Amino acid sequence: MSAMKEFTKGFIKENPVFILVLGMCPTLAVTSSVQDALGMGISSTFVLLCSNIIVSLIKGIVPTKIRIPMFIVVIATFVTIVDMAMAAFMPPLHKSLGLFIPLIVVNCIILGRAEAFASKNNLFMSIMDALGMGLGFTFALVVLGTIRELLGAGKILGFPILPQAYQDSPMLVAILAPGAFITLGFILAVINLLNKRGK
Amino acid sequence: MELLSQIMIMAVGAIFINNFVLAKFLGICPYLGVSKKLDSAFGMGMAVIFVMTMASAITWLIQTYLLVPFNIEYLQTIAFILTIASLVQFVEMVIQKNAPALYKSLGVFLPLITTNCAVLGVAILNLTANNGLPYNFGFSILNGFFSGVGFTLVLVLMAGIREKLEYAELPASMKGMPIALIIAGSMALAFLGFAGLKF
Repeated sequence: MSAMKEFTKGFIKENPVFILVLGMCPTLAVTSSVQDALGMGISSTFVLLCSNIIVSLIKGIVPTKIRIPMFIVVIATFVTIVDMAMAAFMPPLHKSLGLFIPLIVVNCIILGRAEAFASKNNLFMSIMDALGMGLGFTFALVVLGTIRELLGAGKILGFPILPQAYQDSPMLVAILAPGAFITLGFILAVINLLNKRGK
Repeated sequence: MELLSQIMIMAVGAIFINNFVLAKFLGICPYLGVSKKLDSAFGMGMAVIFVMTMASAITWLIQTYLLVPFNIEYLQTIAFILTIASLVQFVEMVIQKNAPALYKSLGVFLPLITTNCAVLGVAILNLTANNGLPYNFGFSILNGFFSGVGFTLVLVLMAGIREKLEYAELPASMKGMPIALIIAGSMALAFLGFAGLKF
């Protein structure tokens, strides 16, 4: 029962992007299309899952004083694996995510979950937590990516959605840098509003 | 003269056109987190300039004299993040010992910088910045410095706006993070204008 709770909390109640406002750099940078957003979300989920598993297994052995550098090494190892695997199997995605693949290392969500959850809980709970948080992060990225791609190009995942006339002169700003900030700002405002209504 | 104009172009590029925060989405977490007060924004900015310059120098040396000769470039992410983490720790200790006054104003921000993706970002970008080739040593350091200046500029501007914002009447659900993001979006729009600068 509580395992289910650890899994679902990442989606809504403690969504890393919408509620905790963590991991902003990849959130804003790679959501100009749904495809990039999905790629980033899944890579981060993989790293988060693997690092949570390892951290939860070594939590008894690591001296508390040097735990943070140890966690960073664990995370950096899996990021390197993702980086190399993606370069080998999905070169176009690797190219469009670019710098933000190595930067998964400094994504505060991953280190945050290692420190706040996996270093204190058992293996099974840590896996649930990682999956929930990772998928919650992916979900948030995809929501943002969908809105931006729809407004900025009239397409979703490359499929045309809005009429041709819109696609010829779309709201280009949505897929440029300012659109990222403004879209996320409005999403957060709507979530605040809904939270207040709910109470 | 040639060199001087090259440096000027780089400075304008790093500070205005390709601003780390508003165009490249690096270092968003401190940008949103530490921009509530002008003094602390300034302190954070100074600490970031210092660490980014140092990190550019040291990671360049590691890449050129350690990773490339031994053909272990795939360890780049791990090597760089560990270097940056220990560099920050080291800088913190040195400042604490030799300049207690400076430590008092910068001290609290230094540990935060390890997870600032701008620092790792500039280290990695320096290696491909020169049309896919690495910058030379001097240019890497300058690029780190100017990128830090660009970060500080928008951080301080943002803090100035947010201090005024305290007195603005806003809808309750826009308060805090949503309005900060929308303002960041407007700043990014303004900075997009600099893209028109051509040399």
